[in-house]
Amino acid sequence: MRSSNPAQPMPRGRVALTAGEIMARSRGQRYYSWLLKLLVWLAAFLTAGVILLMVGYILVTGIPNLTLDLFAWKFTTDNQSMMPALVNTVVMTLLTLVLAVPVGVCAAIYMVEYAKRGNKLVKVVRLTAETLSGIPSIVYGLFGMMFFNIFLNWGYSMLAGVVTLAIMILPLILRTTEEALLSVPDSYREGSFGLGAGKLRTVFKVILPPAMPGILAGIILSIGRIVGESAALIFTSGSGKDNLMFGKSGNFFADLFAPLFQSTRTLSVHMYNLMSEGLHMKEAQATAVVLLLLVIAINAGSAHLAKKLTGDGQK
Amino acid sequence: MARFKETAMQYVFLAAACVSIAAVALICVYLLGNGVPTIFEIGLPNFFGLTWKPSQDFYGIFPFIIGSIYVTAGAILVGVPIGLLCAIFLARFCPAPLYRVLNPAVRLMAGIPSIVYGFFGLMVIVPVVQQLFGTSGKGLLTASVLLGIMILPTIIGTAEPALRAVPQSYYEGALALGATHERSTFTVILPAAASGVMSGVILGVGRAIGETMAVIMIAGNQPRMPGGLLDGLRTMTSNIVLEMGYSTGLHRQALIATGVVLFVFILIINTCFSLMKRRKDA
Repeated sequence: MRSSNPAQPMPRGRVALTAGEIMARSRGQRYYSWLLKLLVWLAAFLTAGVILLMVGYILVTGIPNLTLDLFAWKFTTDNQSMMPALVNTVVMTLLTLVLAVPVGVCAAIYMVEYAKRGNKLVKVVRLTAETLSGIPSIVYGLFGMMFFNIFLNWGYSMLAGVVTLAIMILPLILRTTEEALLSVPDSYREGSFGLGAGKLRTVFKVILPPAMPGILAGIILSIGRIVGESAALIFTSGSGKDNLMFGKSGNFFADLFAPLFQSTRTLSVHMYNLMSEGLHMKEAQATAVVLLLLVIAINAGSAHLAKKLTGDGQK
Repeated sequence: MARFKETAMQYVFLAAACVSIAAVALICVYLLGNGVPTIFEIGLPNFFGLTWKPSQDFYGIFPFIIGSIYVTAGAILVGVPIGLLCAIFLARFCPAPLYRVLNPAVRLMAGIPSIVYGFFGLMVIVPVVQQLFGTSGKGLLTASVLLGIMILPTIIGTAEPALRAVPQSYYEGALALGATHERSTFTVILPAAASGVMSGVILGVGRAIGETMAVIMIAGNQPRMPGGLLDGLRTMTSNIVLEMGYSTGLHRQALIATGVVLFVFILIINTCFSLMKRRKDA
């Protein structure tokens, strides 16, 4: 021990640095900082590059193949028209939303407006919603196939696909609506109750309107998921190529609901089939363009809503 | 009457809230109820064995479990460093005009359907790997790169808000102690946002292991133990899609059981995720 006073040992590291050491250290830190900066920019360029490459590749190879024939009303073996698939995608998206949005919104209303703080049920609902949102689409597909197609004996049918998709997007709608409702200030509720409105009236007339943009943003996100989904659908709604057809039996209701029990493919499933058959790469490229444009449009819609939301927040 | 309506609607809302519970219960019951008996019917040694030959009643899915793990690990190796650095860039380095372009671009990436990713992988990455290494181009490396790209938006989307949520005073404190902008970002802000960043990584793992349509296009799909970086392999997800179409009887049951194993993996990952989140909230 070099220290003369055991009660006050010498500090391990030296406190004072010479001028040269300080300069060397700061130079070292400069290189270190420069390196980190380089890495960060590199990663950003890489990400941006990948996006550009992808979008560019799909557009450049796909647009020349995007002929009018591909939008012919009927699918034939000579002309792999994507029109039936496009129509199916729209119909299935609407039906899925009709099923999932009321349930999701009502569930969120219960969780935010009705349940008491610390309610056990709310915790369980949150946990299950989180679980649902983590389940991969192929597992949904398996479940849908076993339950709707086999157990309920619906066969490959649009309805099976729609219900499977509705379960899949439910957590998304639930969460976004919950957030939207929570962001409505409590003074709105107090004001409404103060004026003598009941709970129900307060929810529908006072709380839902300002929460609407947030709910819509969730719906748009769900549309994106529905349009892009393929793994959950190939075993539930199958890959029927034909147009939706109302029945011709004469029984009004049976005819009306006939398309629900028809096997139908969405645009994504159409693209998967084209690719796995491997015979129609040009058509697959064209389909990729249409899917990409749809996604861009959906994103633009949600960005517009988000801007509106933050705009309102600043006021 | 109004009172009746109030009560009735309250029960309607309550019922709606219970739908997600019912859905999870139904999925668990159906998958486990179908899968677990199958696993025991096939026998544990056979089911977790190395050979998958349904025509000879060999239903070993171990190679596919390993395949899924390899592909996921590869995706993490590719996606996490780039995604994390990119999130740091977006949160701390990005000039405002660039942000207005890059942020929507990352969101677009999150919205692109997996089948389109698969198409891109098949048409662009596979030929590149073919050229570089003289193999078929389909395999672990290709799948890792593509999945790494696919989980980028997941990681960026979770890590960036986490980085932004770190109080500005942390950063200013580090600056005042003489650290550079980069150093304070990496040594002060990043550790403070660690749990948020980790949940992004876990979400990415979930997405990678559950990915189906993209992997099926580019992984090669050979039903054997995965070999080297360039060899083809098959994941649990692609095994289901590839053979479900023509399978019957025990073969089909075995595919459903594969889905159950995947489901259990996902449940474990989800549990990690919620534990991470609880720690963050605490």
